Amino acid sequence: MIYSVYIINKAGGRIYDEDFASNKPEEEITFPSYPIPLVLTADTGKVLVKFGASGNVKPGMSVIAVNRQPVTGLYTGNDQPILEIINDPASYPLSLTFGRTKASANEKLMLASIFHSLFAIAAKISPVEQSSGIKELRTEKFTLNCFQTITGVKFFMIVDHKQTGCDHLLHRIYELYTDYVLKNPFYPIDMPIRCELFDQNLRKVIEQVERTTAYNSERLS
Amino acid sequence: MSRGRGAVDPKRVSSELFSLTYGCMVAQLLKDFENPEEVNKQLETMGYNIGVRLIDDFLAHTPSVTRCTTLEEVADILCKQGFKMFLGIVPEIKNWTAAKDEFSLVITENPLAEYVELPPNCQDTLWYSNIICGVIRGALEMVQMDVKCSFVGDTLRGNDSTEIRIKFVKILEDSLPAGED
Repeated sequence: MIYSVYIINKAGGRIYDEDFASNKPEEEITFPSYPIPLVLTADTGKVLVKFGASGNVKPGMSVIAVNRQPVTGLYTGNDQPILEIINDPASYPLSLTFGRTKASANEKLMLASIFHSLFAIAAKISPVEQSSGIKELRTEKFTLNCFQTITGVKFFMIVDHKQTGCDHLLHRIYELYTDYVLKNPFYPIDMPIRCELFDQNLRKVIEQVERTTAYNSERLS
Repeated sequence: MSRGRGAVDPKRVSSELFSLTYGCMVAQLLKDFENPEEVNKQLETMGYNIGVRLIDDFLAHTPSVTRCTTLEEVADILCKQGFKMFLGIVPEIKNWTAAKDEFSLVITENPLAEYVELPPNCQDTLWYSNIICGVIRGALEMVQMDVKCSFVGDTLRGNDSTEIRIKFVKILEDSLPAGED
């Protein structure tokens, strides 16, 4: 399963990112009265579940809607602070929808730049000369595969452990980039990619890979 | 040449259309700028803009190519793979300097100039295929190599051969961290 694809230009700026995982679990719970069995805190611009559980809601999820109205950061659509509403007994019964919020554009930009720096550091601390930068980064829940072209553009994607053929896929994305982005005469180099054709074709390739992976894993099971 | 071929791949444009398009463009530039020197510069700039984009296309389709460490490697890949891929020709590499920092690229059959005759007013000043110099310069700049690239002879101008001189200037240090010393 492919979660997302990022492209970074040679200066370290994010020029493209796209999330593909379609199953973002959302959970709506109606709380009949105050207090609620969850500890909520304001954390980096969102209301996060810090402790406690209720139904499928666990720490790490954040509030994405209050009474079915989507929220923006720490405030509801009517500019009321969410935490105030939650701590006010008069608001109940109250329906809260929890989910994983996507990283904001700024966050992604920052993460991309940090990764760019880490990539450079990895190459520099190599005990042997002529090492590449980071090619694979494994965590408990996901793997990040990265490919840097000779021209300095980095393609990386975040996948789960079951995904195979990541290097081949990154090459495929490089080819799509050279075709639909670079050959578009109106695309300024090193700027954020806003090419509809690239989006469409990338989606097609990712879907194709997902289908093949699903088919293969069915065959094996 | 597309003449006489039965099934033409629909994605490939005939090389004659390409030559015609290029010819039209040069003729129009001459009309607009009137000064062949200026046209040379314009062609080089256009070539540069093509080169910076073309290099990634080349690298994506030839994954076996790795970073070159010598100008000889550059010349080899440029002629045997680069020119072959995009123009279908393989120029000869000649006239190396002793320091191996300069060489000539000799083109025997230039697909851009197949049916061209230069008018007398630019017979001595216009480099008809100057776009190629720009492409080479742009492409190599994107792989952190600064080169000077210019025509020194063209059969269209009555010289013995169509020859491009490429001189290595320096490695551009705003370069990739990965493995770059």
